[in-house]
Amino acid sequence: MTHPHLSAEESASFDRNTIDYIQRASATGLYEIRGLGAKRKLPHFDDLLMLGASLSRYPLEGYREKCVTKTVLGTRFATKPIVLDIPITIAGMSFGALSANVKEALGRAATAVGTSTTTGDGGMTSEERNSSKTLVYQCLPSRYGFNPDDVRRADAIEIVIGQGAKPGGGGMLLGQKVNPRVAKMRTLPAGVDQRSASRHPDWTGPDDLAIKIRELREITDWEKPIYVKVGATRVPHDVKLAVHSGADVVVVDGMQGGTAATQLTFIEHVGIPTLAAVRQAVDALEELNMTGKVQLIVSGGIRSGADAAKALALGADAVSIGQGVLFSLGCNSDTFIRKGQHIDATADYAAIGTKPGFCHHCHTGRCPVGVTTQDEVLEQRLEVETGANRVKNYLKTLTMELTTLARACGKQDVHHLEREDLVALTVEAAAMAGVPLAGTQWIPGRD
Amino acid sequence: MCGIVGLLMKNPAWDERLGELLVPMLVGMTERGPDSAGMAVFGKPTPGQTRLSFFHLHGEPDWHAVNTAIVDAVLGTHRVDANGRHAIIHTDSDGEAIRALLKERFPAIVALAAGSRIQLYKDIGTPAAIASRYRFGDFTGTHAVGHTRMATESAVTPDRAHPFTAGRDFCLVHNGSLSNPHLVRRQLEPLGIRFDTDNDTEAACRFLEWRMREGDAVDAAIEKGFEALDGFFTFLIGTADGLALVRDPFACKPAIVAETDDYVAISSEFRSLAHLPGVSHAKLFEPQPRTIYHWSRA
Amino acid sequence: MTAAPMSLMKEFDLARAGVTPEAALRELNLWLHRGLTPDGPKQVRVLHPDGAHSIAAGVDADISIDVLGHAGYYVAGMNKHATVTVHGNAGTGAAENMMSGLVRIKGFASNSAGASAHGGTLVIEGDASLRCGISLKGGDIVVGGSAGSFTAFMAQAGRIVICGDAGDALGDSLYEAVIYVRGKVASLGADARFEEMTPADLESLRELLGIAGFNHDPASFRKVASSRSLYHWNADANQEY
Repeated sequence: MTHPHLSAEESASFDRNTIDYIQRASATGLYEIRGLGAKRKLPHFDDLLMLGASLSRYPLEGYREKCVTKTVLGTRFATKPIVLDIPITIAGMSFGALSANVKEALGRAATAVGTSTTTGDGGMTSEERNSSKTLVYQCLPSRYGFNPDDVRRADAIEIVIGQGAKPGGGGMLLGQKVNPRVAKMRTLPAGVDQRSASRHPDWTGPDDLAIKIRELREITDWEKPIYVKVGATRVPHDVKLAVHSGADVVVVDGMQGGTAATQLTFIEHVGIPTLAAVRQAVDALEELNMTGKVQLIVSGGIRSGADAAKALALGADAVSIGQGVLFSLGCNSDTFIRKGQHIDATADYAAIGTKPGFCHHCHTGRCPVGVTTQDEVLEQRLEVETGANRVKNYLKTLTMELTTLARACGKQDVHHLEREDLVALTVEAAAMAGVPLAGTQWIPGRD
Repeated sequence: MCGIVGLLMKNPAWDERLGELLVPMLVGMTERGPDSAGMAVFGKPTPGQTRLSFFHLHGEPDWHAVNTAIVDAVLGTHRVDANGRHAIIHTDSDGEAIRALLKERFPAIVALAAGSRIQLYKDIGTPAAIASRYRFGDFTGTHAVGHTRMATESAVTPDRAHPFTAGRDFCLVHNGSLSNPHLVRRQLEPLGIRFDTDNDTEAACRFLEWRMREGDAVDAAIEKGFEALDGFFTFLIGTADGLALVRDPFACKPAIVAETDDYVAISSEFRSLAHLPGVSHAKLFEPQPRTIYHWSRA
Repeated sequence: MTAAPMSLMKEFDLARAGVTPEAALRELNLWLHRGLTPDGPKQVRVLHPDGAHSIAAGVDADISIDVLGHAGYYVAGMNKHATVTVHGNAGTGAAENMMSGLVRIKGFASNSAGASAHGGTLVIEGDASLRCGISLKGGDIVVGGSAGSFTAFMAQAGRIVICGDAGDALGDSLYEAVIYVRGKVASLGADARFEEMTPADLESLRELLGIAGFNHDPASFRKVASSRSLYHWNADANQEY
């Protein structure tokens, strides 16, 4: 018997994913909604390398020769700035997107390592406030659950203009995750698909944001730092306008930033990579002479101590992690942990049409490892103390990597990392980060 | 973004108070616009005279040299009133030849406005500093349009401050952000409309300039603007004989009007109007969206 | 010797000599947040508001505040328990995110009055501008005059009464909030529809009109509520996104 030669040439433009997308749209008549962030390959911190010690720069010894990681945020106007032990925070993610157990686990982990967590587009839970020593309270266009008591018991307020996954879009939570508790917190009928506003209800534009920031300051007696968070698009303008509007801290979230649910078309096609955004944000602050006076937090695909080190070297005061801590809790793991035992969850991934390592199905509410779910059974798969330990370990590892790299560059303080400690592997990364292409003096686009 | 202010004296006896009342209104909008400010004043015309407002982009020029150049070119009787980087040139010509001369010989001196009644000032700095520098408090006239700027997309330079002008005795200030200014610019440039900056407000101004060049009255031009200009805006327009005020259909950007028998005052926030004489008895209202309001002092 | 009774009324003059209006405002708000005592003043008068922003923002006390003039943005923002009366007009976001209490604007209110209010009652004796009750989360709003376009946009819970006319897109993207309108409606928003008034609606209206002090017959109002057709995304339903 002869076997015909199998000819299988895939199209780059119409690859399997694209064919899948077209067929899905044809079947449903609705755009695809998914979780996590941009999955396509983008210029990122991996394209930067650090210039460690040499004859011209001397390293520090580990342990005995200290490397300071203390980070202060919100010094501009607030009388009670945020003081953190490390320059790595946990980004805003909602109760609703995540389970209550997860919010509690994150709070405990953050407290254990001396950093902050952030509420999301659903309001503040008592689990998070009680477990998280330093809690940043988001004020979003939807204003779900937003109330003055929580404003007063927060440590900082973060006004969200947008996030990296969907700049220009509002929050989204599908009906299967709007369980009675979530519904009550958000003042929605249980089970409906939540529609969220993309603009704030009572202000539009930086001139009116200035007045809104003042209102929040008046309400909190000028004690608490006010952060302004933008999804990375027109970064130089947005950072300058945030400063003009009176922000203490600016948070810039690149397109790799995650979400629990939004339209795919947003995730992959709107916003700029975090690498490009960091440098633009830093330059904007420098041009306004606000470096060190208004702090910059960068997020969107921060995964490792190396990412944190490079972001700090480029000029960020801190980085914020969303997806990374979820992976730490077990997102995309083939098992979940129950009483110290690993239990296989592969079948549950298959049931929602995916597999470990490829899952972005947060929007379904059927998270096989109990992270992005409100299902009473599934959410038990994330044990609070186990999860807290894992996130604590992850953050500690990040911090150790960060200080290792900083010491290797001769720094006694991670905030002494500077852009001259970096070179780029590609022309794109060199241009975006504004650092020379390795082996050359060339920074594309800069004289 | 910005703050806008406008004042029109309905009662001629109040013309001499125009500047005095305007300065606190402008300074009241500093929080909305700390970067730069501008003011266009419409005063009594001198028969046969054109007023040209000029500003040097980089520093204080040698206005004597400018004066000499005009004299040498034999362009009629004129007078140069200079103040630092700024000057008003009064001429008994229509001003076109003087504008062309300066453009050719002193390209860093930009023409801010031309007309029989308008005088225009804009600069970077706080509104209070600019009001003091150009002595806005001394202005007299029938009506004025002012603006304080917090730059959005284009740079903080004097030429990007508002008001923008078109033709003669016409100016525009804007609070808001247009979302298709580049498209508008690319539509207008082939029609011979010249742009000085990349500022979105200028795109709106040039659009109206084009429509008026094509014969539309101000109202008809603004009506067409509702279709052509995308984004959020409150526009305040100054013309030879009055003011026009309009908000886009979403009306996200604020505006408030205080009107008495003696004046009509416009601002982005009531704070700016709170100290005007008689404001406690004024009719106070917010302009409806997508509606053109007019006040004239013919 | 008997002690003189403490004054039950306290005045703040935002235009008083020697301080900037901002500093005077901060003093007022700080006192409202931290200066109240059980035997202390229960009534506050604010003189020369002159359009200042955030007057009486963040109050959490059963106290009565009279603002004698026009207020700027966010007057009584995030109010809890207090009774705030503005003897004049109010800027953007009057009583925004109110949790409880009563806020009364005797003049007109600018955009986004009562935005995202969870409870309490906002009474506007004059007109309300655009987006009145936007994102409402359980509060009640009673407008004696007319209300602007996009009133009750994305309103999730609560009641809005409009004694005059309503502008365009009334109740666009409405969830469970309910609107009672007496005058003309320029247009309804997406997913909003007229519904029959029930006896419970009439009772609700009577109660709200009573609080507001507006003497209208509840039977002269029409009810606008959500068609609930946007509650679940559905390709075949031709939903407007």
